[in-house]
Amino acid sequence: MNDLDTFRMDARTWLEANCPAEMRVSMKDDKDACWGGRNFVFQSDAQKVWLERMVAQGWTVPTWPKEYGGAGLSRKEEIVLLQEMKRINARNPLSSFGIWMLGPALLKFGTDAQKAEHLPPIARGEIRWCQGYSEPGAGSDLASLKTKAEDKGDHYIVNGQKVWTSYADQADWIFCLVRTDNTGKKHHGISFVLFDMASEGVEARPIKLISGRSPFCETFLSDVKVLKKNLVGEEHKGWSIAKYLLTHEREMIGNQEGVTRPLHEIAAASLGLQDGKLADPMLRAKVAEAEIDEWAFNLTMKRKLAEAKAGASLGADSSMLKYYGTELNKRKFELMMDAGGHEGLEWESERSNDGKLARSWLRTKGNSIEGGTSEVQLNIISKHILQLPGA
Amino acid sequence: MALVLNDDEVMMRDMAQGFFAEKAPVKALRDLRDNRDETGFDRGLWSEMAAQGFAGIVVPEEHGGVDMGYLAAGLVAEQMGRNLTASPFFSTSILAATALKHGSDDQKAAWLPKIASGEAVIALALDEGVKHNPRCTSTTAEPSGNGFKLNGSKAMVVDGHVADVMIVAARTSGEEGDADGLSLFLVDPKSTGVSTERTIMVDSRNAARIDLDNVEVSGDALLGTLDGGMDVLNGVLAAGRGIAAAELLGAGAQAFEDTVAYIKERQQFGEIIGSFQALQHRSSHLYSEMEIARSAVIGALTALDEADENAAQYCAMAKAKLGSVAKLASQEGVQMHGGVGMTDEYDIGLFMKRIRVLQELMGDAHYHMNEYAEANAY
Repeated sequence: MNDLDTFRMDARTWLEANCPAEMRVSMKDDKDACWGGRNFVFQSDAQKVWLERMVAQGWTVPTWPKEYGGAGLSRKEEIVLLQEMKRINARNPLSSFGIWMLGPALLKFGTDAQKAEHLPPIARGEIRWCQGYSEPGAGSDLASLKTKAEDKGDHYIVNGQKVWTSYADQADWIFCLVRTDNTGKKHHGISFVLFDMASEGVEARPIKLISGRSPFCETFLSDVKVLKKNLVGEEHKGWSIAKYLLTHEREMIGNQEGVTRPLHEIAAASLGLQDGKLADPMLRAKVAEAEIDEWAFNLTMKRKLAEAKAGASLGADSSMLKYYGTELNKRKFELMMDAGGHEGLEWESERSNDGKLARSWLRTKGNSIEGGTSEVQLNIISKHILQLPGA
Repeated sequence: MALVLNDDEVMMRDMAQGFFAEKAPVKALRDLRDNRDETGFDRGLWSEMAAQGFAGIVVPEEHGGVDMGYLAAGLVAEQMGRNLTASPFFSTSILAATALKHGSDDQKAAWLPKIASGEAVIALALDEGVKHNPRCTSTTAEPSGNGFKLNGSKAMVVDGHVADVMIVAARTSGEEGDADGLSLFLVDPKSTGVSTERTIMVDSRNAARIDLDNVEVSGDALLGTLDGGMDVLNGVLAAGRGIAAAELLGAGAQAFEDTVAYIKERQQFGEIIGSFQALQHRSSHLYSEMEIARSAVIGALTALDEADENAAQYCAMAKAKLGSVAKLASQEGVQMHGGVGMTDEYDIGLFMKRIRVLQELMGDAHYHMNEYAEANAY
């Protein structure tokens, strides 16, 4: 038995002994996710115990170094761990922008002091982070952002407005792009700073979306004091960190766990079969096409991750995965709405679980906008992969 | 499942890449076409392919092959797709070799070494009518003496007019539409009652229509079991679809790369047309589709080599995906080339023609989407 097999058996044994039964049931909706943070209220004892045990193992952030709350696993070991968790249908113990986005950026660009201060609380689920990137006038053209940080010696004074700040109303800290210089090109003069959402002058207002939910906020920043020790990387050079982090975000969005039940089962449950075939023959063809695309896309995720060296970024291919994955997901939800017919349109009934399908369908429309629109991804592929002029 | 090529596979790909680019580039196909070559491929090239191990790539070593498996065969097919190389690789080294691995010891000994050495060209006579549909085979084989008597018509028989022997699918029991009741026979094309019409296809590659009129074969011409032809065919079809998908990948990738290169050169309105977002976004979409398609081919052929229980379905799914994606690559290619895309001088049109044939061969995307849905009970 090689080391990886040994690790697999150990992980299997540990998970069997430590993952509570309630945490082996698929989440009903995003309310079942554990986000951690100062204000988080655990949904159950099992959720709390599961987080604590995984934290003790270092398995909320398996590949991070042990000193920062990780387990120092290799990429291959992490894959084995995820496979073993999937085997028993174990829930993700901690959903966290700190883990998915800020952490990798701090590991790469942060000082030792910054890593020591911020990474362990992320790993333990004690501090919940949000992302301050977009502004009302800076969406796809993110580098045109205007939120201003004035140099006051040992600190900055930040003024401006951020938008689409995910869960800003529930987050403890924010990683934020601010303008420290506006004399040169727009990509220059952007800095990457961290601050506490409880700071004076920070106000987050939820935005109501077409799905009826409010996962995003507008965040207003008025004379917010940010200590210089919370500047990540060099002053004015935050754009490279922002890009690195967007790459991680794209991988995450492209790789979102979609619907676990096959599309054709959902369609068949709604429409029924005639002579063993889905009752709507035109929809049947589109479902088959989407399922074949999904199979090939999932293989592509695996292939690209295997091609990228352990821990390395996928580079511009993350844009390809983000583009394809989100467009495919939108297509699938359109087909589910087609299959759902009149019932799929119900918004407030018990039968429809309060419009779960319709709300999820509407949510998917954001997939190809957030983290860079599909059009921006296509621009990135044109420029960095195809090397087309002027892209 | 490893989706990344190992060292041996990289070596095979590089070897094939160099070989076909040098020995059988697109120009070679043009010459065969323009000279109205009787054989439809270059026998000298085929011998060299045998010497490289390509001809016997899935033939077991004990029969003279190199037995490298279907992923490796796909890497060769991909390079042939990139160069539009005409050869009996698909008919003989993939379809026939796969079928004959299920043959009797005598059949294996008679044909597998000749496949590997490039001495024999073997054609699979399966399709009838206008579309691929193996279950609807209506050619019949009736008992006659101590053998069988075959009657029927076959179409789209790749390399049929130059074959040394044909593998003919015929119904021995059951009714049209049944998977059971088919049998495979080795038939000498020179037998009485066999008439062959070479059909020059849109891609300038080989195919034939074969009529069988009371063709007598002996009992030992049966390949596999009586009425159990589908057991052999399933493996042959899986391999054929997976390898056709690999060739489509190569042809689609080359069409795409030629197109991107062209739009980086061509100027209109005082600008390189590749700087226009209308073309950039379509190119980037196509890049994404090609990457997804590549994974489908690697995944399917790896599953075939690993004898995965779903391998046949994966190969069919890959064939469906590649049929659509390579077609898109050729259509976008001609459009983005503009007027010159309509000329014979530019290669892009030749890619469009080959891709059109390949996507039809062994079932198009519609056929496989329908089969996929049926296999999943919807």
